[in-house]
Amino acid sequence: MTTTQEIANLADAKREYKYGFTTLIEQDYAPPGLNEDIVRFISVKKGEPDWMLQQRLKAYRHWLTMEEPEWAFIDYPPIDFQKTSYYAAPKKRPESLDEVDPEILETFEKLGIPLHEREKLAGVAVDAVFDSVSVATTFKGKLEELGIIFCSFGEAVKNHPDLVKKYMGSVVPYSDNYFATLNSAVFTDGSFVYIPPGVKCPMELSTYFRINAENTGQFERTLIIADEGAHVSYLEGCTAPQRDENQLHAAVVELVAHKDATIKYSTIQNWYPGDENGKGGIYNFVTKRGACRGDRSRISWTQVETGSAITWKYPSCILQGDDSVGEFYSVALTNGRQQADTGTKMVHIGKNTKSTIISKGISAGHGQNAYRGLVKVLPGAENARNYTQCDSILIGDQCGAHTFPYIESRNPTASIEHEASTSKIGEDQLFYCTQRGISEEDAVSLIVNGFCKEVFNELPMEFAVEANKLLSVSLEGSVG
Amino acid sequence: MTTPLIEIKNLHASVDGQEILKGLDLTINAGEVHSIMGPNGSGKSTLANVLAGKEDYEVTDGSVVFHGKDLLDMDASERACEGLFLAFQYPVEIPGVSGMQFLRAAINAKREHHGLEELDAINVMKLFREKAKLVELDLDMLKRSVNEGFSGGEKKRNEIFQMAVLEPTFSVLDETDSGLDIDALRIVADGVNTMRDPERAFLVITHYQRLLNYIVPDFVHVLVDGRIVHSGGKELALELEDKGYAWVDDEAPAAAAK
Repeated sequence: MTTTQEIANLADAKREYKYGFTTLIEQDYAPPGLNEDIVRFISVKKGEPDWMLQQRLKAYRHWLTMEEPEWAFIDYPPIDFQKTSYYAAPKKRPESLDEVDPEILETFEKLGIPLHEREKLAGVAVDAVFDSVSVATTFKGKLEELGIIFCSFGEAVKNHPDLVKKYMGSVVPYSDNYFATLNSAVFTDGSFVYIPPGVKCPMELSTYFRINAENTGQFERTLIIADEGAHVSYLEGCTAPQRDENQLHAAVVELVAHKDATIKYSTIQNWYPGDENGKGGIYNFVTKRGACRGDRSRISWTQVETGSAITWKYPSCILQGDDSVGEFYSVALTNGRQQADTGTKMVHIGKNTKSTIISKGISAGHGQNAYRGLVKVLPGAENARNYTQCDSILIGDQCGAHTFPYIESRNPTASIEHEASTSKIGEDQLFYCTQRGISEEDAVSLIVNGFCKEVFNELPMEFAVEANKLLSVSLEGSVG
Repeated sequence: MTTPLIEIKNLHASVDGQEILKGLDLTINAGEVHSIMGPNGSGKSTLANVLAGKEDYEVTDGSVVFHGKDLLDMDASERACEGLFLAFQYPVEIPGVSGMQFLRAAINAKREHHGLEELDAINVMKLFREKAKLVELDLDMLKRSVNEGFSGGEKKRNEIFQMAVLEPTFSVLDETDSGLDIDALRIVADGVNTMRDPERAFLVITHYQRLLNYIVPDFVHVLVDGRIVHSGGKELALELEDKGYAWVDDEAPAAAAK
């Protein structure tokens, strides 16, 4: 537990924190605004070593030279980065999951998955991130016996600096893109996973991200390393309460798979999407990338994106090792005034590398849904294979679906397949369901869930059920 | 005196502004099997869709009373929950939704409508097993997506299977015989015949007399140009087969004048 006195002591220790933080510190908030002092403040709050602070400052200085990207098929007013607060923490750090804010538990209960029960039933290890800090990590001891490190990113910086130094920024460099660079400067917490050689992680690892505080951005940083022959399945879930202001979420996730290693990364993203008129909601600008470093390594991304006002996200795979495999399975739903520009990049570098992309876009209400994907085959990638299937379904006539596929092949032995379809939800299908007694709303959700089945099949079992329910909840009010 | 199960009076309906049904009257009592025959374009399928509540069909005049309630006031799912079933002429595919999932949703929607508890997975399976025998349906088919990759015969058998599971009081069979070989026809007819009882009624819509050899109707009606122009017993079907629809067409003005 951080007391006001402790914070005052901290501020004393480092002169940089004197800029009117007193009252705000009492609340464990950083004041709105972004400057080098804020970056230093975050670093001190997290008790970081100097090398970490220097990295942050380098990223911040670089960010100042960059421009916000405008190429995505999304439309939003300019973000005032000085209005956001870059750090918020609950005053009292919960000792266990029992003390986690009831709001989190309530949200999950509404979706039919009480956090506690699942932890017991499915044996899922959970890292819960509340605004800027990790509040609890379960099953740590059990995992440690296998040499697995599963902790908050902040702890990893302190306890495993060599691993963090070696891998952080090795997949997404600090200068990568506007939002990733911002993240590199002000990231707060997230999860860190290291699976030692030959170890198959015996349980799902998962992180729940919760934005709670007002006018606060969440900048999480996640790093997962699977050493030679290691296997891990990781899942993240996200929620945020209803707020009238747009809140920024700019995360960076890096995955590294060594020789014969497998990483399966699943996301269920249900940030607050804003109201039906587009007021409020989360701006979800995320950089996720995995490197298949070793031969026969495999990285699989599965995402179910139902929340956020705006989603800007392209989980990608760099297929360096020979015979490495990259997969991307995505369901993106936009309802109300939501906008999504999402897809993937598959970069084939090694020989016999394979990638699969299955994207399902659902647009309802005034939602705009764009798939944007790049398949790139470099000269050395002999016999590279890609299969892309990109389907869109429209519900109503006010929404839109868009597809932007980019293909660059520099090796004549590559085989790249792309299939795409767009359809309106069938009147005949709806009538068939309603004639059997199923209400129109349930019929839409049944048909849409069927449409997404190929992707849901990739989710860990218990989360496939969650995804089904989430989709139904998100579609509420889309017909009628 | 028996109250009719369904009473259709002076029904007028249009599609895209074009009037198809032009004053149709039909009363069906519980326990009866009626057949509607007629040439292509006479309005047979329109009648089926209007009764089931398809949105593109606009009722411009007339009334339909079903179980003493105003049928036209209900949306499609309410009609189904109240006991109306349509065996489709062209059942659609629903990719990714298994037959089991689909039917379970239908069963429980109907149960909820009647204030009953959900049927659990075990009892649903029991019901499926029992009804599958009726139409010689392989239960593995229910694990596949609804109608996806089904042959014509499989689709129709699946319709009758759904009917058997949902136990409607009034079933409309829209050209269920089209595209069926003689074995499939017999299986489908057997399914319907097993379900015949004093509480239920059927409306069998067909272009050909053949099906009526297997599902023997109590009444046969001839639909021409949106009206019933001729009604009779099962022998009327044979007469039609013999003389063709041109015969009733000639009779039509006289029938309408009556």
